[in-house]
Amino acid sequence: MTAVELAGITKRFPGVVANHDIHLTVRKGTVHALVGENGAGKSTLMKILYGMQKPDEGTIAIDGQQVTFSSPADAIVRGIGMVHQHFMLADNLTVLENVVLGSEKLYGIGAKARKKIKEISERYGLGVEPDRLVEELGVAARQRVEILKVLYRGATTLILDEPTAVLVPQEVEALFDNLRELKAEGLSVIFISHKLGEVLSVADEITVIRRGTTVGTAVPAETTSKQLAEMMVGSELPTPETAESTVTDRPVITVDKLRLEAAGGKALLDDITFTIHAGEVLGIAGVEGNGQTELVDALIGLKHADSGTITLIEEEITGWATRKRREQGIGYIPEDRHRHGLLLEAPLWENRILGHVTEKPNAKGVWLDPKAAQEDTRRIVEAYDVRTPGIDVTAASLSGGNQQKLIVGREMSHKPRFLIAAHPTRGVDVGAQAAIWDHIREARREGLAVLLISADLDELIGLSDTLRVIYNGKLVADADPATITPEELGSAMTGAATGHLEHDETAEPGADTPEIRKSPEAPEDEAR
Amino acid sequence: MKKFDKERVLLAVAGPVIALAVAFVLSAIVLIASGKSPVEPYTLMFEQASFSDIQVLIINQASMYYIAALAVAIGFRMNLFNIGVDGQYQLAAMMAAIVGAHANLPAALQIPLLILTAVCTGAFWSGIAGVLKVTRGVSEVVATIMLNAIATSVIAYLWLPNVFGVKVGNNNTTGEMYESGWVPGIDMGDAGEIYGLVFLAVLLGIAYWIVLNRTRFGFDLRASGASESAAAASGVDPKRMVLTAMLLSGGIAGLAGLPILLGDTHTYSLNFPTGIGFLGIGIALLGRNSPVGIAFAALLWAWLDKASPELDFHGYDKEIAVIMQGLIVLSVVVSYEAVREWGLRRQQRRVGAELAAGHVLGADNNTKEVAGR
Repeated sequence: MTAVELAGITKRFPGVVANHDIHLTVRKGTVHALVGENGAGKSTLMKILYGMQKPDEGTIAIDGQQVTFSSPADAIVRGIGMVHQHFMLADNLTVLENVVLGSEKLYGIGAKARKKIKEISERYGLGVEPDRLVEELGVAARQRVEILKVLYRGATTLILDEPTAVLVPQEVEALFDNLRELKAEGLSVIFISHKLGEVLSVADEITVIRRGTTVGTAVPAETTSKQLAEMMVGSELPTPETAESTVTDRPVITVDKLRLEAAGGKALLDDITFTIHAGEVLGIAGVEGNGQTELVDALIGLKHADSGTITLIEEEITGWATRKRREQGIGYIPEDRHRHGLLLEAPLWENRILGHVTEKPNAKGVWLDPKAAQEDTRRIVEAYDVRTPGIDVTAASLSGGNQQKLIVGREMSHKPRFLIAAHPTRGVDVGAQAAIWDHIREARREGLAVLLISADLDELIGLSDTLRVIYNGKLVADADPATITPEELGSAMTGAATGHLEHDETAEPGADTPEIRKSPEAPEDEAR
Repeated sequence: MKKFDKERVLLAVAGPVIALAVAFVLSAIVLIASGKSPVEPYTLMFEQASFSDIQVLIINQASMYYIAALAVAIGFRMNLFNIGVDGQYQLAAMMAAIVGAHANLPAALQIPLLILTAVCTGAFWSGIAGVLKVTRGVSEVVATIMLNAIATSVIAYLWLPNVFGVKVGNNNTTGEMYESGWVPGIDMGDAGEIYGLVFLAVLLGIAYWIVLNRTRFGFDLRASGASESAAAASGVDPKRMVLTAMLLSGGIAGLAGLPILLGDTHTYSLNFPTGIGFLGIGIALLGRNSPVGIAFAALLWAWLDKASPELDFHGYDKEIAVIMQGLIVLSVVVSYEAVREWGLRRQQRRVGAELAAGHVLGADNNTKEVAGR
C-alpha cells in the first residue's frame, strides 16, 4: 500500500533547476530515507510535498489519490506532517500550549487536549509531559514534542528533516526506537539525512538524490554505505585533495586559550589554542553546534573573547573591532551567506563593496568610488566565473553557487593574510564547488593561512593540512588528514575519541556493512 | 545593463502611481457614499493649484514637510522608526525662538546660531531615544512616542511667564525674536512671500542624497538597514550606527519648523503649526525615502492641505483631503510591498532566462561560454 507517491516532480528556481523529474514512492508502515548531499534538492522536494512550494511539473498522490497542495494546511489535512530541522516551539509556553497552538479546534485547549497528548505520548513511547515548559526541555525532548505536535494534528506520514543533526548518539538511537514504534503502528516516515550509517540502520527503503534528481533506490540489506556514497556523489565528483604541502613556519594567526561565555557564564568556547602558518589550511571537524559558529564570530570580531588572546602575525588583535580586522587582512566567507555575506536586494556591485567599504577600489577617503567598484565587480564576475547577466542585478537573483563565487572573489580580491572559510561549498553545485576549492588552494600556495570549517568530511580531509576536532566548545582531538578516514573522524566528532587520532590499520577498509554500522554508532554501543 | 536600469525606474514609479490611483478612487467612493459628486472636489482643488497665492502657500508648507520627511527617511533607511520628529521639531523651534529673542548678534552669526540651536535641540531629544535603545534595548518607537508627550509638557513649562513665556492677549508666545534672526523671503508681489529657508530644504535634500549614496558612512547606514547581520559582519558597529542615525534624524527634524519661524512668525506661539512630524512619516513613505520622491510627496501633501479649504465654500467638507491623505498612506504601504516583491521575482525570472539563453557577462564568444559550464 502506497502512502505517498511523487512522480516526475520538477521545480525550477532562477538560474537553477532545484528538482528535476523526481520519483519517490513511500509505502505505508515504513521508514523511507531520502539521502543526498547538501544542496542536492532534498529540502526543496520536501517543501513541495508539504505544500510550501508548488512543483512546476509532476504529480503528488497520497494514498493513491492525486492531490495538489497550495499551503501546508492542505498537506496537514491530507495527513502529511513535517518536523523541521530547526524547531518551531515557543520557549515560554508549556508543551501542552505548544501542541494545541493553531489547532485549538481539534481537542480544545484543556483536559481533553491533555488527555490526547498523553495518549499519543504513551502509544508511541514519546515520554512527553504536557505541563513542562519548553524552555526546560533538552534538544531531544523538544524534538519529541515536535513529533507529537505533528501526530496530534493527525499526521500519517511524517517528514523528518535531518533530525539527527542536533542529537548525540544515544539520543539518535532513542529517536530511532520512536520511529520504529511509529511504523509498527502503520505510519510512514520520510527521513532526510546525509549520514549513511544512520540511514542504513533505520530505513526500510532508501531513495538517493543527486543534483536535483533521483538517481536510484536501495534496500539497506542489499547495499553498503560505499555504494550509497557513490550514488550520492556520482563518479565525476571532484576531489578536494591538495597535492603538495605548502605549509611554512611563519605563524599568521595564533589563538591562545580563547574562552567565550554565554550570558549565564556557560562556556561556549573554552581553552581554544591553535596556530595557523602561512600556506596552511587548518580544518575544524565537528557536529554542528559545538562551537564552530562562536569560534568564527570570535575570530572576525562579532563576539569578543572573555579571556585568551588572538594574534595576527605580530599584533594582538583580541580587542580589535570587526572592521579593523577586515582591513588588516582577515577574509571572511560566512557560514550563512544570506545573513552575513550579502545584501540580497542590493546590486552585485554594492555587494562587492560590503565588508570592504573603507578599502580600495571601493572608497577614496570618506567618499565611495562607485565607478571603480563597478569596474572591479566586472573583473570579479569574469575571473571567478560568476554567472550573471550584469552587475546591476540584485544578489538575490543569483543561484547559491554564484552568490558564493562572488563572495569568494570579493574576499580574495583584498589579498587576505588569513581567511576564515565556514562551509565554503555548502549548498553549492559541484562545478562551483570545484572552482572554490581551486581558489582556496591557489591562495594557500601564495601563503594564505586558512581556517576551514565544514560538515563535509571529505572536503575537510582533502583540503586541510592539519585537522582539529571541536566538541562542546573545546578542541578535543587532532588528526593527520593524510591518513585519517572520514569514519574515524566522525567517531571523534561525537566526543568518543580525544588526543591525537592515529589511523587504525586493522579497521580497514570502510566498505562493508558491519564497519559502517560500527563507526558512527560506536560510542553509544560502548555506553550501553 | 541598461535594461535593468529602465526596469528599476519603472518599478520606482509604479508603486506611487498605483497607490495614488487607488487612493483617488477610494476617495471618490467615499464622496459617492456621502451623496456628493465624486469629481467636482478634484476640479476645485486642481483649480486652486493654479492661483499664485496658493502656490506660494504650497511651497512654503512643502518645505517644512520636506525637512520633516527627510528626518523620518534617514531613520527608515536603517530600519529605525523615529516617530518623535514631531516633538523634536517643536521643541527645537521653541528653543530657537527663545535664543532668537534673547541673543542679538549680527545676522551673519545670528541665523547660523539659531540653526545650530535647532539642530542640537532636535538631536538631543532624539539622542535620548538613541541612547536608551543602545544601552537598554528600549524600542525607539516607544521611546520617541513618550518623548513627544514629554516635549509637549516641556514646551508648556517653557511658556510659563516666569520662565521664557510672554503673554500676548490669550496667546502664549516666547516673545518677538530680534530682527537679525529673521530670514528674508522672496517677494512674489500680491502672491506673498516664499520663505528664505525653502533653500535650506533643497540643500538638505541634496546633502541627504550625497551622504547616503556617495560616502562610506552612507553605505554603512544603508547596509545596516538592508541587513543588520550582514552589516555587522562587514564591520559596522551596530550600536554606534543606531546612535548616529538617531542623532542625524533628530538634528534634521530640528530644522523642520525653522522656515516658518524665521520667515514668518518670529515667535513660538500657540498658533505654531503642529503635527508636521507625523505627516512627515506618510510623506517619507510615499516618497520611498528618496530625496526626489519626498519632494513630490511633500508638494502633494501641501497641495491637499492648502487647496482643500476652498471646498468649504462649495458645500464639500475640506476633511475629504485628510481622508485622502490617510488613504494614500494605506495604499502606499500595500502597493510598495506588492511592487517590490513582484519586481524581485520578475528580476529573478529574467536573470534565469538570460542565463539560460547564454547572455552571461564576459562571455564574448562561445568558447568562454563552454569553458564556464
